[in-house]
Amino acid sequence: MSKFKKKTNEGQPAISTASLPDIVFMLLFFFMVVTVMRQNTLMVKNKLPYANQVEKLDKKDLVMYIYAGKPSPRYQQRFGTEARIQLNDKFASVSEVQQFIYSERETKREELIPYLTTALKVDEETNMGLVSDIKQELRKAEALKINYTTLQGDALRNME
Amino acid sequence: MARRDAPEVNAGSMADIAFLLLIFFLVTTTIETDSGISRKLPPWQPEEQEPPVIKQRNIFTVLVNRNNELLVEDEFMEIEELRQAAFEFLDNGGGAGDEACDFCQGPGDPSSSVNPQKAIISLVNNRGTEYGTYIAVQNELVAAYNQLRDREAQRMFGKSFTQMEKEYNDPNYTGNKDKLKDQIEVIKDMIPQKLSEAEPTS
Repeated sequence: MSKFKKKTNEGQPAISTASLPDIVFMLLFFFMVVTVMRQNTLMVKNKLPYANQVEKLDKKDLVMYIYAGKPSPRYQQRFGTEARIQLNDKFASVSEVQQFIYSERETKREELIPYLTTALKVDEETNMGLVSDIKQELRKAEALKINYTTLQGDALRNME
Repeated sequence: MARRDAPEVNAGSMADIAFLLLIFFLVTTTIETDSGISRKLPPWQPEEQEPPVIKQRNIFTVLVNRNNELLVEDEFMEIEELRQAAFEFLDNGGGAGDEACDFCQGPGDPSSSVNPQKAIISLVNNRGTEYGTYIAVQNELVAAYNQLRDREAQRMFGKSFTQMEKEYNDPNYTGNKDKLKDQIEVIKDMIPQKLSEAEPTS
């Protein structure tokens, strides 16, 4: 009998999971900080076109969003398949765009108003007629800074 | 009376709760910022105004019809060729005397533009044109401007215009930002983006 007795096989010691909550919390805080909640629920089809000569649109609080496109399948019963404008959470007509811009301006501080940008999120299959109508309304409302929101990619893919 | 220690709260389920929250935020996260082509609309003018007189040679007309086909300077064109055509138009440099362009490298064709300051690209689309096509055309025209600006910035300041703008917008840039801004303004003055959009034909 040896003095240094071989340890009997008692299985692997359990890995301590005490630090698991800490790790998970760390991840949790990261995602909580970077999360931006979607402001509007989309009611229109919104497949954006591609472009590569783009500028970034930061300062999300200075951007007003106007969506346009065909209504999503579940709204087609009521609103048809003709392309429509969506402002906030409801469908709107062209004449309501001006009112929307004014009411958005009300909510912003006065010194920030010149920096407001209107982001047009328009589905790539929409006809230019509707987009031009929106642009005319924006000119009347003096919201002259616009941004055609696009995906990053080769613009020639739009033609397919 | 014997004091009893408060029993320890079991924290074993904390990880589960945290996981639940984590998964929720994972799903709702959208990290990417929006990007797109920025444009400035002309101010609204209610009464009809006399359009300024512009020489025909300084206008580059791009027409897009309802079948998403391009008519550039009265000739049918594929979108792949548009960038090069617009670039050649801007870079033509056919002017003499006051209107001479000292940096253009084009052939100086008498039927094309005199210099980039005078050159105007006019875009007319139909009400039936698809938005995707319109963006593609816009993208190619902006690319033509950027190509020329890049070349001139490279010649004058040793780096491309897009690089300069990127550095200017980068908060961690260590160089002299005021100088960079002046350089960007010089290039923008030399080659202004004159893109005019007419109201669509129906």
